[in-house]
Amino acid sequence: MCGTCGCSDGNKATIIDLQTGAHTHIDADGNEITHTHDHDHDHDHDHDHDHDHDHEHGHTHEHSHDHDHAQAHSNAHGTTIALEQAIMQKNDALADRNRAWFSGREILALNLVSSPGSGKTTILERTIRDLIGKTPICVIEGDQQTANDAQRIKDSGAPSVQINTGTGCHLEADMVMVGVKALKPASGSIVMIENVGNLVCPALFDLGEAAKVAILSVTEGEDKPIKYPHMFQAADLMLLNKTDLLPYLDFDVEECLAYARKVNPKIKTIQLSAKTGEGMEDWYAWLDAQRIEASEKAFA
Amino acid sequence: MHEMGITRNIVSIVAEHAKSQKVRRVRLEVGKLSAVMPDALQFCFDVVAKGTVLEGAVLEIVEVVGSAKCRKCHADVELHDLVTACKCGSRDLQRLSGEELNIKEMELEAA
Repeated sequence: MCGTCGCSDGNKATIIDLQTGAHTHIDADGNEITHTHDHDHDHDHDHDHDHDHDHEHGHTHEHSHDHDHAQAHSNAHGTTIALEQAIMQKNDALADRNRAWFSGREILALNLVSSPGSGKTTILERTIRDLIGKTPICVIEGDQQTANDAQRIKDSGAPSVQINTGTGCHLEADMVMVGVKALKPASGSIVMIENVGNLVCPALFDLGEAAKVAILSVTEGEDKPIKYPHMFQAADLMLLNKTDLLPYLDFDVEECLAYARKVNPKIKTIQLSAKTGEGMEDWYAWLDAQRIEASEKAFA
Repeated sequence: MHEMGITRNIVSIVAEHAKSQKVRRVRLEVGKLSAVMPDALQFCFDVVAKGTVLEGAVLEIVEVVGSAKCRKCHADVELHDLVTACKCGSRDLQRLSGEELNIKEMELEAA
């Protein structure tokens, strides 16, 4: 159920556009349903509409059937049919579409992943404030419930949409597609996709990003990279946040970086504090280099 | 529990191919380094298959071990986890298997 308006059950995800207030729901079959609630009334509305979404407004199914006609052979038990299908094919196909869409517009899309509380949103708030007027940024926020993070981003000065996954523990490519449709990011901009705080499932779902950025804070354990190797192996960059707290902790930075390199010898690391601003310039330099790469790739 | 979403994908792909025929058996290939737990898939499968042409079908899971080729010394390396290094000490490995997540085949009830 949508945490903001309570307007639907049984949906896979709800996307809230902070600019217009429009809500889009993605149901379990991947259909989109969009509707706007006017929330500028100050009476206690208690409409408990539990519409079953038997909608006949044109929803967009775009399953790409490319089944290359399975050879069937009979046996005593029944008919065995070879399928040879990748289980993640639908998500991967949609992620490829997102990637092509971003690439054609020279947009740098990043998938930010971490545990809850590592400071993803705070890093984004500071980044938006520091780069305002220089780099257009918009944000897709993923959380199970509430639009709090998207509101924080909007207050920092960047357009944002909130995706509520309900019980879902990660974002999927179709949700990002709906988010991008609402945001309409400008050519050459950065789209930050803040995934649901979780170091496990988001590693499996390609969203069409150019790179995954894993964020770890020094209040967590040094060994997180080897405890959650899938995520740190999938990331291009690790941001080690909250370095302003190091004097008060026993956190061993070198040990942590060594663990990260153990699971991913190619991973780049930046130490920063979104609170004091220390190290943020290194992050902005990395972003600039990635933007240049995104723009070069568009014409490659 | 991403296995729930993954199981939904499995059921939807198989049901699409089975059309309205009843499915007896589904065989999957799951890599040991894929971050997907076979037990969790089995658990989710019965729940998700309920009310579909896959209801009551047997889910067979073939696990695939991880393997890689060392880019430095060209040795074959068996991977038991994501942090295994080659005997020569190098971690620059080209992964060959272990990340599979495929539906291999389905068996339909004889018409």
